[in-house]
Amino acid sequence: MKARVGLGLFLAGGLLVALFLAFVLSPEASSKPDGLNKVAIDKGFSGTAKAHTLEDTPTAGYEVRGVHDGRLSRGLAGLIGVTVTLALTGGLFAVVRRSGRARAGAPPSGGT
Amino acid sequence: MQAGHNRNLVAVSWGRVHIPDGFIDAPTSAAAGAVAVGGVAICLKKAADQLDEKRVALAGLTAAFIFAVQMLNFPVASGTSGHLLGGVLAAVLVGPYIGALCVTVVLSVQCLLFADGGLSALGLNVVNMALVTAFGGYVIFLLLRKLLPRTVGGVVASSGIASALGVVLASLVFTIEYAIGGTGGASIATVGGAMVGVHVLIGIGEGVITGLTVSAVLASRPDLVHGARDLYERAPGGSPALVGDAA
Repeated sequence: MKARVGLGLFLAGGLLVALFLAFVLSPEASSKPDGLNKVAIDKGFSGTAKAHTLEDTPTAGYEVRGVHDGRLSRGLAGLIGVTVTLALTGGLFAVVRRSGRARAGAPPSGGT
Repeated sequence: MQAGHNRNLVAVSWGRVHIPDGFIDAPTSAAAGAVAVGGVAICLKKAADQLDEKRVALAGLTAAFIFAVQMLNFPVASGTSGHLLGGVLAAVLVGPYIGALCVTVVLSVQCLLFADGGLSALGLNVVNMALVTAFGGYVIFLLLRKLLPRTVGGVVASSGIASALGVVLASLVFTIEYAIGGTGGASIATVGGAMVGVHVLIGIGEGVITGLTVSAVLASRPDLVHGARDLYERAPGGSPALVGDAA
């Protein structure tokens, strides 16, 4: 059970896979309603759904406003989503980690 | 957008997959919001004690990967698709507390940036897809780990099966929420039966994706898999310092 690749290479590889899936593969995804929406349609409560409060934002519905090629639009939305998610999670956990270290009385400078 | 694009159909159009505003009434949604806030607060506190530099990076990657895979709706039955929820995958990779936070970030990005999952329903979505899967599904994972051989194959199988059952568990929790505050007047038994039925199929997809992903990480960086720490510790030269690191 030894590490076979360096951490940097592993993270870079993982990120590349995520970007590939979001940009290249997501336009191939099934456009059929998912389990929840299918049940809502079949059982007659899909009509109770309200339009999203943020429906008029530039990337609503995984489409980039102004990009008219539907597949490209969805792929770009995927790239944006992966990047934003990575940045937010990394930022959030960096802050959370610092707060944990401060509470534990560790030197704030970090330096692992 | 073409002129024919009908904004009233957003809830059932390509790519929108989470609970929209309106399915569940406001009081129930608010209650779920309170549960979600409480759960996330506990997770943040626990995460603060568990995070090191490696885990910060791995958690970021885990969330980004789950976002990408959630876009990949796969066909499950006639006219129906399913997608990864990812809670068990995240919990196996980075532990349930950090894992639940990863899925919460994904759901928040989807809600705020992509208008998927209602603003008032964000609590419902976090409870069902972040908390129920990362904790409920992870408990199933731990039970399976005890039953199955203590090998890489055992970890992969446990992840796959637990993630499949986690999806079914999430569909049951949605049914409970619908029973408490559902709109549209559908019978609870009918909704529950249909939800569980279709999510058993979606669970199979979830199990395959989760098993493959865990297996790929175990093949390259087994030391990074939270749910396989015991295998790592037993290896010659493995760090005994990890033993006291509770879930």
